[in-house]
Amino acid sequence: MKILVAIKRVIDANVRVQLKRDGSGIVTDGVKMSINPFDEIALEEALRIRESGKDAEIVAVSIGSDASQQQLRTALAMGADRALLVKTDGEVQPLHAAHTLLAVIRKEQPDLVLMGKQAIDDDSNQTGQMLAALWQRPQATFTSKLDLDSDKASCTREVDAGLETIEVDLPAVVTTDLRLNQPRYVKMPDIMKAKRKPLDTIGLTELGTPELPKLEITAYEAPQGRAGGGKKVGNAAELVAALKERGVL
Amino acid sequence: MAKILLIAEHDGQSLNPATAKAVSCAQAIGGDLDIAVFASSAGAVAEKASKFEGVARVLTVERPENEAPLASVLAPQIAALAADYTHVLLPSTTFGKDVMPRVAALLGVAPISDIMTVIDPTTFKRPIYAGNAIVTVKAPAEPLVLGTARTASFQPAAEGGSADIVAKQLDVELPTHTRYVGLKSGGGDRPDLQSASRVVSGGRGVGSEENFQIIYKLADKLNAAVGASRAAVDAGFVPNEMQVGQTGKIIAPELYVAVGISGAIQHCTGIKDAGTIVAINKDPDAPIFEMADIGLVGDLFEVLPELEKALDARA
Repeated sequence: MKILVAIKRVIDANVRVQLKRDGSGIVTDGVKMSINPFDEIALEEALRIRESGKDAEIVAVSIGSDASQQQLRTALAMGADRALLVKTDGEVQPLHAAHTLLAVIRKEQPDLVLMGKQAIDDDSNQTGQMLAALWQRPQATFTSKLDLDSDKASCTREVDAGLETIEVDLPAVVTTDLRLNQPRYVKMPDIMKAKRKPLDTIGLTELGTPELPKLEITAYEAPQGRAGGGKKVGNAAELVAALKERGVL
Repeated sequence: MAKILLIAEHDGQSLNPATAKAVSCAQAIGGDLDIAVFASSAGAVAEKASKFEGVARVLTVERPENEAPLASVLAPQIAALAADYTHVLLPSTTFGKDVMPRVAALLGVAPISDIMTVIDPTTFKRPIYAGNAIVTVKAPAEPLVLGTARTASFQPAAEGGSADIVAKQLDVELPTHTRYVGLKSGGGDRPDLQSASRVVSGGRGVGSEENFQIIYKLADKLNAAVGASRAAVDAGFVPNEMQVGQTGKIIAPELYVAVGISGAIQHCTGIKDAGTIVAINKDPDAPIFEMADIGLVGDLFEVLPELEKALDARA
């Protein structure tokens, strides 16, 4: 089978995000960038499917500038067989990403598409669902357990009410949640090996995606902080009194 | 004037409280508001939805395929209904997040996830980077505006209305490639974490699954829902759906009591819209005290029984 894993280059999860001083965006210069952590989980899942004995080719795809090659190389080092960068220097919103991935799917004909439930930069949580709709295939979002059969998959989804299980026919789009797996660390010899694996590049315009609507971002601002105040009380009785005073008891 | 369609979230029996908050978001946009209930049998849910103030009509779309909330089944029906509207809204729950983008792709719309503030009918504020920055986005008005309402940002809408309930037939072919198997819920009889007005959460400091009983006891005394930090979930003390924070549930109760929770950024992101935050921790330097309104430094196994007594004494 063929598994397509979509990955996005984002500011590393451990970096404290800062606004540009003029409020025109987020500071990215000199900031550590990584694979979106949920996409890393998606890739790990693909690798585990292959390691479980399934004959699987794993293709990592990213949409972005040349800099995204760095994250694709990491994906190759983790164990993807080959990588594809759809190159653009412009901003790519979810609908555009979904149409672009659809064009890649038309060429690649995967049996399964895996990606993170959301990217930790814009937090949109949209691209996987949009891709599934455009492809007219099933979607399993927030997946925390995935069992593949020959032509279908059982997916356990982390929904607000608990764990929901659905069965989907393949091919399908599965978006991954935090607890699906723990991604592996990349070892030095694998980084060396990854340099020899194929990484192809194609221009976004060559894929011929249609003109699409966009959200216009008109302002960036810092969130309002909580005053808190950290008033300390000495014991449980004082706590109850303080809560009464605030009118919450 | 805006004509808004809100998609109700429900489990077949009762309306999910997130819907009431999305109604408030719709009211902030302003205009005519219809609520759509997709179900195999919409009865009680439609009845409840018709009670919100300011709702024009409740549309019920009843077919057996709508028994379970499958995005691939609901999306083409919502897309078909959407033609008469300027706005379509869903709550920003796992249900809304699953369904909304699928509708967006079918309609060719760039949608807005997690609306936290309505500036005007096409301009909204939403959080990015886990709430570490807020952006103002302007959506194209054509063909329509589609989004999810962040539940922690809106109060539940008032009741007191009596909208007409209208049955709708939609001639839409539905896919069969996705099948609902079941839901495993660990919730029990306690209030729903996402919508409860009071929440008591336990962290790593609670120590074990057995010790978590002390958290449940306090919660029951306060008629509160029970949550947990990621550390407590990862340690296996409680199931995943109880996790509060950036990677769990983002909540805004009137009272939030954090017990044995240090206050990692990822946890604080999930509670910063709460009314009053109480922190109980034996470490006086725990970061949770910085964001708490009331702090109590002490061993939770001593403090909680005392707190229960003090709560009893008050009655």
